[in-house]
Amino acid sequence: MSRAARPGGAAKYSAFSLVKHGLLGQGWSPAWRRHALADSYDVVIVGAGVHGLAAAYYLAENHGITNVAVLDKGYMGGGGSGRNTAILRSNYLTPDGVRFYDRSMELYRDLAADLNFNVMFARRGHLTLAHNDGSLRTMRWRAEVNKLQGVDSEVIGPAQIKRLVPYMNVSDDARYPVLGALYHPPGGIIRHDAVVWGYARGADARGVHIHQETEVVGVDVAHGKVRGVRTSRGRIASPVVLNCTAGWSTLICDMAGVRVPVQTFPLQAAVTEPVRPFLGAVVVSGSLHVYVSQTDRGELVFGASVDPFPSYSVRGSLDFIEGLAGHVLELMPSLAKLRLLRQWAGLCDMTPDFSPIMGLTPVEGFLVDIGWGTYGFKAGPVSGEAMAQCIAAGKPPPIIEAFDLARFHDGRQLGEKGAASVGH
Amino acid sequence: MILLPCPWCGDRSVSEFRYVSEVVPRPDPGTATPQQWRDYLYLRGNRRGWVTERWYHRAGCRQYFSIDRDTITDQTRAREPAR
Repeated sequence: MSRAARPGGAAKYSAFSLVKHGLLGQGWSPAWRRHALADSYDVVIVGAGVHGLAAAYYLAENHGITNVAVLDKGYMGGGGSGRNTAILRSNYLTPDGVRFYDRSMELYRDLAADLNFNVMFARRGHLTLAHNDGSLRTMRWRAEVNKLQGVDSEVIGPAQIKRLVPYMNVSDDARYPVLGALYHPPGGIIRHDAVVWGYARGADARGVHIHQETEVVGVDVAHGKVRGVRTSRGRIASPVVLNCTAGWSTLICDMAGVRVPVQTFPLQAAVTEPVRPFLGAVVVSGSLHVYVSQTDRGELVFGASVDPFPSYSVRGSLDFIEGLAGHVLELMPSLAKLRLLRQWAGLCDMTPDFSPIMGLTPVEGFLVDIGWGTYGFKAGPVSGEAMAQCIAAGKPPPIIEAFDLARFHDGRQLGEKGAASVGH
Repeated sequence: MILLPCPWCGDRSVSEFRYVSEVVPRPDPGTATPQQWRDYLYLRGNRRGWVTERWYHRAGCRQYFSIDRDTITDQTRAREPAR
């Protein structure tokens, strides 16, 4: 079907309508509807973040499954999807990982056109710095694996890094001198909220019901099969329940009687005042436990590694800011006078091998798309596509077979710690 | 800031300690099946609420001890008497 012929595919946000509604200050139509909670749905998705909403969108769009409810205990995109540092890349270490994240990049590339929603994907280039020989060797390994999978990554030296990031300290007298970097030109940043809203609008237009402020308080299982969920607004019968709740995922899994090797750790982030554009690329340093990018509004966004102990608290801490500031100034000393505006945290569901858990569980009809830890946002589209496929076919598609829950019982872990996160 | 009640040193900032693990029963490595051993290695309660866990005072007395912590508020409670 052509884009215009699909429901919700006709361009709603034209330049003309934006100017008209902007000047009138009214006449905006809701991007998604509110519904009463039905007694039953064909599929219930718990969690209205990018993973849950993408799954709902692709169920409707690719498989014609539209009798779907997406439930969220709060507002949509209020978990990891609203708290991440919005970096997209596919420069992973394992061939499975690279293929997987690159499919997501492919979907992100066309997302604004497909959803008719401006997601502001800026492919600025992504640099992962190496500060010692071992690190440089790993970067080279990643570059080669990437190239074999058709992903653009290469190792570059300090002179080239300096040309890309003039404000970076690449001299020899830094505490951790920059020896080189993994340069990934297709990587960049995106407006994370817009991705959530775009998927929500697309799913809603195709008949999916999105229920915000609807908390799942129980999962009904009988004879090893899912029967439905109990929520704060009533009970829903459903043969399929998909858990997309990230930091809260073990709570939902416990309700279904499924045990998963996941622990919830806070991940903090911070943002500075806006300044004129000076940082084009995204810069990541494993040794310095920090990554930084500059938004379209000119603010610098910083991230680092998870807090060193599990918690469900989403507060920022002084410890984090002190450590982060020190490391950022190591990289770019001229930023010392910048003022920090705010800090926050999100909850990350960490797995032992830093790879997600996707697909079926021992409870029939209860599926998971969890364990996304600190690297979930970039995988939203491909996960939604794959989980929709998994629900429609009743079994996981090849692209996510390696991410099965059973791998922890069988000793088949998929170690992506080096490429998944920074400074663990 | 988050304070941990070290039995030897008293209340100290959490940044002085290293988190070890929730307290989980350890099977006998000599008789455990691979599945039981992997469950012990990887499965945790991940409770949202009060949890009993082990910590190590790496920047102080370098002793291991157990405390209770509320993972919603990060309040802590001593389990072991002061030494």
